[in-house]
Amino acid sequence: MAKENASTRSATKRARFPTILYTIAALICLIGLAEATYLTVMNLTGETAVCGGSASCFEVLGSKYAKIAGIPVAGLGAVAYFSAFTFATFAAFGYRRARTLFALTISAMFLATLWLLFVQAFLLHAFCRYCLFSAAMIFLLAGIVVSQPASD
Amino acid sequence: MKRYLPFLIVVVVAAVSIGGGAALYRAKRPRTLTIPKERIASAVIETGGVHILGPANAPVTLEEFGDFQCPPCGKLSEPINQLQHEYGHQVRLIFRNFPLINHQHAREAAYAAEAAGLQSRFWQMHDLLYKEQAVWSNSTDTRALFDAYAGYIGLDIARFKIDMDSDKVRERVAADQKQGISLGVKNTPTIFLNNKEIDPKTLNPTDLHAAVDAAVKNAKPSS
Repeated sequence: MAKENASTRSATKRARFPTILYTIAALICLIGLAEATYLTVMNLTGETAVCGGSASCFEVLGSKYAKIAGIPVAGLGAVAYFSAFTFATFAAFGYRRARTLFALTISAMFLATLWLLFVQAFLLHAFCRYCLFSAAMIFLLAGIVVSQPASD
Repeated sequence: MKRYLPFLIVVVVAAVSIGGGAALYRAKRPRTLTIPKERIASAVIETGGVHILGPANAPVTLEEFGDFQCPPCGKLSEPINQLQHEYGHQVRLIFRNFPLINHQHAREAAYAAEAAGLQSRFWQMHDLLYKEQAVWSNSTDTRALFDAYAGYIGLDIARFKIDMDSDKVRERVAADQKQGISLGVKNTPTIFLNNKEIDPKTLNPTDLHAAVDAAVKNAKPSS
């Protein structure tokens, strides 16, 4: 009986693990969304105080790589974070298809992050702290995806 | 209820993001500033504190509120100088100090420029400060660097050091800043072309050149 109880508890724990993980993922996405929204607005208003005097930050955020077809990369990031947040929320509530969509979104964001890190390191030779912070968020999210395969 | 909860969360987050973004945009939105007629540099009896490059009767005036530690100001400095060279007597430049509080050494750099101005070398110091911006911005001993710059442009260093700490220099910077604040200047560079603020989004060498070129073509020669 005790053995049966322990096994039930362990099964419940296992079942709750993805919910906790996707809830954490959704919270990380919210932080990323807030940052990307802030940067998008600053980009649209042309506010220069955003970098707080960091020359590297100006160089990165003011470079040609900071926009794609006139759209701020931060704006695209905000859309991506919002999509990831949506899928993570639904995944936390047990929607299985949302897990696949979350994994696909994070994969795309991960690749975009690698490209942006390459641009900063090798093309601009300057790093922006906002971009590095966002990259850290994406790496955390990628870790969650890897630890919780969509097909689980 | 639990079935609808994820939809509700997503909708709330979307609304907060869009609403927050819109509120922030409204708060930070650049408004087109204008300099009222009575406060245009040439119309005001100045105490000699305004730095003007180019003829007083030039049909086009480019007035910049700048911060020597602001990288975008540094990037625009040389293109603006080139504009003055290119259009010669048709364009005059006015520079006003607007050191931002988040730039640690900006105020001291403004004092250095003003102290150089007291020895009639404002523009030489202005150009040097922008050219060397990356160096002194990251230095722990900016004062020593500014003294070195003073020597480099041929100033009397002893006098420069005294002037750097003088009330006259501080008052000049404060007067420029007061003027900027009263006009609604918040960021640097803020540039007025014939007393109308240039859209910050077009503050790049190409667009600035095009704007000045158009202004020169449209301007009637002033008497």
